[in-house]
Amino acid sequence: MSLDKKQFLQAYRTMRTIRDFEYRVSDEFGKDNIPGFLHLYAGQEAIATGMCMNLSDDDYIVSTHRGHGHCIAKGGDVGDMMKEIMAKQGGSCAGKGGSMHIAAVEKGMLGANAIVGGGPPLIVGAALSAKTLGTDSVGVSFTGDGGSNQGTTFEAMNLAVVLQVPAIFMFENNGYGEGTAAGYAVGSKDIASRAAAFGMPALKVDGADIFETYKTCKKAVDHCRSGKGPIAIEASITRFRGHFEGDAQQYRGKGEVKRLMKDLDCLKIASDIAISKKLATKGELKTIDKEVAVYIDDAATAALAAPSPDVSELLTDVYSSAY
Amino acid sequence: MPIKTYRQAINEAMAQEMRQDSTVIVIGEDVAGGAGCDGERDAYGGVMGVTKGLFPEFGEGRVIDTPITESAIMGAAAGAAQTGLRPIAELMFMDFLGVCFDQIYNQAAKFRYMFGGKAQCPMVVRTMAGAGLRGGAQHSQNLTQMVTMVPGLKVVCPTNAYDAKGLLITAIRDNDCVIFVEDKFLYETSCEVPDEMYAIPLGEANFLREGTDVTIVGISNTVNKAVAVADRLAAEGISCDVIDPRTTSPLDEESIIESVEVTGRLVIVDEMTPRCGIAADISSIIAEKAFSALRAPIMKVTAAHSPIPFAPALEDAWMPQESDIEVAVRGVLGYRP
Ligand SMILES: Cc1ncc(C[n+]2csc(CCOP(=O)(O)OP(=O)(O)O)c2C)c(N)n1
Ligand SMILES: [Mg+2]
Repeated sequence: MSLDKKQFLQAYRTMRTIRDFEYRVSDEFGKDNIPGFLHLYAGQEAIATGMCMNLSDDDYIVSTHRGHGHCIAKGGDVGDMMKEIMAKQGGSCAGKGGSMHIAAVEKGMLGANAIVGGGPPLIVGAALSAKTLGTDSVGVSFTGDGGSNQGTTFEAMNLAVVLQVPAIFMFENNGYGEGTAAGYAVGSKDIASRAAAFGMPALKVDGADIFETYKTCKKAVDHCRSGKGPIAIEASITRFRGHFEGDAQQYRGKGEVKRLMKDLDCLKIASDIAISKKLATKGELKTIDKEVAVYIDDAATAALAAPSPDVSELLTDVYSSAY
Repeated sequence: MPIKTYRQAINEAMAQEMRQDSTVIVIGEDVAGGAGCDGERDAYGGVMGVTKGLFPEFGEGRVIDTPITESAIMGAAAGAAQTGLRPIAELMFMDFLGVCFDQIYNQAAKFRYMFGGKAQCPMVVRTMAGAGLRGGAQHSQNLTQMVTMVPGLKVVCPTNAYDAKGLLITAIRDNDCVIFVEDKFLYETSCEVPDEMYAIPLGEANFLREGTDVTIVGISNTVNKAVAVADRLAAEGISCDVIDPRTTSPLDEESIIESVEVTGRLVIVDEMTPRCGIAADISSIIAEKAFSALRAPIMKVTAAHSPIPFAPALEDAWMPQESDIEVAVRGVLGYRP
């Protein structure tokens, strides 16, 4: 059930791709090459990766304002994503969405969502499609600890149980919703334990360990695929960056970020385990690092060079046909 | 007189009202920030820093950080308003109205009427609106039109720091639910703002420029664009009345009618989608009540009928620009039947 060598190398590559993507995007934001707001997924890579490795293009995910990692893990085209975030032609959403609405609909990534709690109801619908159409697809909503407190999330969890749809509610507890601690805002202190009250099982996992997230997500996906209805997961993790790029983070304790970045670095944890288990050599991982660096640099270079969308696009795609 | 920013003026109005009325509370997401964290409290003071400093002065009993839970925030504010508090509830971005609108328009707005005048709902919803920051389709909207259409709600759209303070003081003291729409673009703008408390009545327009050729009405920051256009056109001898209604509900129809009776020409600017918007609303009122004074069709300058695009080039095309206002003014002036 655990990752074999090939799977591990794939997981490592995906996590590295997300990390490098986020750091590059942060750099470009600093150089004024990216408009708008930016919420980075750095630090949380093992969660999206562990989940999406268990999914195919026919499965659905919905994401949050912190959606780049989910999109990459689900197979979104990194070049198109980079263009989208830089508001360029050829972007995944034609330049109309941006970072907070990154999507890869053709890959089953139904979209990042800038309304906290917007996603969970949508995934119940995607899971309902799967059930009604008799496909064996499952739906996964990624939600934060903050989003776990929204009424929409509670309603979606209840509805998923009532309808017995194959939906997975993945809660990424990174300790904060903006500048408010999960320990304050989640009244029960524990997100996973709420699931039982709705009538669905829940799993908990260390979100920094790809071996664990993969295994736990596999259990959840198997549960849904075998027709047992919805399930929840709470993955504990931290975010390496501020809530948004530019966040001064005064609400975090002294030295907290530094310490957590050292202790909870999923890439470091993954390489240490893999090397000790002889799933990979240092050299193999270095090669992946180098390949990913080139891959991200190519994507960024192409995006920087791409033209802005043409103003004539303003009124296209408001409706399905001429209006 | 001291110069203060729009942000400071709003903060000062809240602080002064809170000092003199212990029933006034502030409630919302990260209105202080740092709740339950190892670092500093009041780390945010609202995402735009507008409530900063209230937490240290008034404490966690009156400056209340909530989970992300807009329906419950608005509902709790309405329930508290019905029972003796005067809550100022923050809706971080006006776009999130979608999440909590029921508690505002089916609940807060209707208590007084539905319960035969025996209930009241003295609350303020402070929210932030406006495009141009590349916030995308769900963080850029100005939904003033959606709240203006609701009987029972009052709607305030301050366009400068002086008005912001005086209008917020009035809003807090008002016994109805007031939606206070702050324009994101104005937080850093400043003007003379007295230290003492003063109240600006709701429903009284402000004439920012006086002229005789064309009346321009602008809502929120668009009125500042209208002023810039009027000043440029003045150099050519075109004289514009620029009216800031300051509140869309109640609306000072009289002032607009009086102006149109002089100029005979009306341009209305708002940064909302065009259908069923504020510009459309004012246009219908003037067409009905001042038809004989009109010498040209009323021109509306609004945003485009689409969600707000992310790409700067598209968003700029979506928003009403000064050049669009100028074209409209020249259009009504050049109109020949
Ligand atoms: C309905 C709604 N309320 C508030 C916000 C502002 N906001 C954006 S992200 C965020 C915090 C979300 O916290 P969490 O769900 O834990 O996700 P994280 O940022 O930690 O990934 C808030 C309050 C929003 N976008 N939508
Ligand atoms: Mg969080």
